[in-house]
Amino acid sequence: MQLPDAEQLLADLSGKIRSDITTANTALVGIYTGGVWLAQRLHRDLGLALPLGTLDVSFYRDDFDQIGLHPQVKPSDIPFEVEGSHIILVDDVLYTGRTIRAAINELFDYGRPASIRLAALIDRGGRELPVAADYVGATISLPGDKMLALEQGNGGKLNLSLYDKTPSGQ
Amino acid sequence: MNNNPQLNKNGELQHLLTTEGLPASILLNILDTAESFVGVTERDIKKVPLLRGKSIFNLFFEPSTRTRTTFEIAAKRLSADVVNLNIAASSQSKGETLLDTVNNLSAMHADMFVVRHAQSGASHLIAQHVRPEIHVINAGDGRHAHPTQALLDMFTIRHYKRDFRNLRVAIVGDILHSRVARSQIHALTTLGVPEVRVIAPKTLLPAKVERLGVQVYHDMAAGLKDVDVLLMLRLQNERMQGARLPSAEEYFKYYGLTQEKLALARHDAIVMHPGPMNRGIEIDSAVADGKQSVILPQVTFGIAVRMAVMSILAGN
Repeated sequence: MQLPDAEQLLADLSGKIRSDITTANTALVGIYTGGVWLAQRLHRDLGLALPLGTLDVSFYRDDFDQIGLHPQVKPSDIPFEVEGSHIILVDDVLYTGRTIRAAINELFDYGRPASIRLAALIDRGGRELPVAADYVGATISLPGDKMLALEQGNGGKLNLSLYDKTPSGQ
Repeated sequence: MNNNPQLNKNGELQHLLTTEGLPASILLNILDTAESFVGVTERDIKKVPLLRGKSIFNLFFEPSTRTRTTFEIAAKRLSADVVNLNIAASSQSKGETLLDTVNNLSAMHADMFVVRHAQSGASHLIAQHVRPEIHVINAGDGRHAHPTQALLDMFTIRHYKRDFRNLRVAIVGDILHSRVARSQIHALTTLGVPEVRVIAPKTLLPAKVERLGVQVYHDMAAGLKDVDVLLMLRLQNERMQGARLPSAEEYFKYYGLTQEKLALARHDAIVMHPGPMNRGIEIDSAVADGKQSVILPQVTFGIAVRMAVMSILAGN
C-alpha cells in the first residue's frame, strides 16, 4: 500500500501545533524512539523556550510480565519543571494507546502538569484504551498483523515503512 | 553455553550468582539498564511501578547493613514488597535447614531471594532448588562471589573513565578472603580491561591467583605506578588475629593508601572501596575524603545497579 510521506506529515503536524501554542510554559516530550526524532524536529521548528524532554516508558509498560524488560532502555530526561507546565507528548504511531498510558503515568512521577496533549504522526486505529490524539498527521487503517515503523535515514530524513509482524514480535 | 546455572534455556539471566562465566553482553546490559535507573533515583518520586505485586525476600544469614539496605531500597523503588529476614537470629538458630527455610518462604509466594551467607555456594544451592519462576541474587557468599558489588564497581569505573579498554586497574588488600575481589577480577577481565593488578602481601593472596589473568605485586610503589583505578579492599579485623599479619600499624605502613602512595598512580586515578572502611588501616582519611575518592558515588550507583539486576531477572 502507498504510505504517506513522513516529512510532509511532520510539516502538517507542526503547523497544527503552532497555531495552538498560547503559553511560553509549553513543553514537548518525545517518546523513544520515533517520537524523539519527531519531537527534536518540532522543537527546532516551533522555537519553544522550554528544553525538549524525552521518555523511555520501559519501566511503566503493562506487558513487563509477558515480555520482560526491554533490552535497550534509554534514560528518560525531563529537563523542565513538570509541575504546572503544558506538555505535548509526541509519538510516531498511535495504535493501542498503551504506550501513551505508560507515558502519562511516568510524567506524573515528575510532577503535576497543567495539561497533557498528544501529537502523533500517524493514527493507525486499533485502540485498546480510551486514548485520542489532539494533533494527527494522518489517519490510516491497518490490519493487526502489520507493523508500521518510522525510520530515520541519512541526513535525518524520516520515512514510514510497513512490515509483517513476526509471530513473536510485537 | 547452557551449563551455566545462572542462565535460562534462552541464554538470559535467570539468577545472578557470580560474575564468573557471564558474557560481556549480559554485564553491559545490566550497566546500560542501570544508567536509566540513575535518573529515576534523582527524581522527587524515586519509584517506578515495574515490580508492583512482586515479593522479594532479603535472606541475610550473615550480618550486613549497607548491602541489605541498598537491596531493600532498590526493591522498594521498583515498587516490590520487601521482607527482610535476619536469619542469624531466627529459625536457623532453632535448627531449620537452609532449604527448609527457602521452602517455607517459597510457600509464601516469594518471587525473588536476595541471599547473603557465610558459606560459599549457598546461593547456588538455593538457585538449584527453587521453582523456575523464582530468581536468586547472590549478595555475598563466603569467599566466593559478590556480583552486585562488582557490577556497581564496573558502573562507577565506566562512569568516570568512560571505557574499559585502556585501563590499568589495581585491587589492593586482602585478596585471599575477598569475594569482592574475585567478582571484580572476573568482571574486569570479561569487560576487556587490559591490565588488572593485585597488590597484597603474600599471606593475603590466594595460591595461583595469576591464573585469573592478573599481575601480582607485593609492593605498592611498583603496583600503583600508572594505575587509573584503585579498588581498595576492607581488611577484615578477624584476619588480624591469625598469623597472616603482624599488626594493623604495620599493614597501614606498607599497604594503607595514603596521599603519598596515591601520588604514584596517575594524577586522575579514582579511589574506590566497597565499605565499610577501616580508616587508618587500609585507607587514610585524607584519601577516603579526598577529591580522587568516589566511594560515596559507588553507594548511590549501587542502588541503580541493583534495580537493574532485579528488573532484568524478574522479566526473564
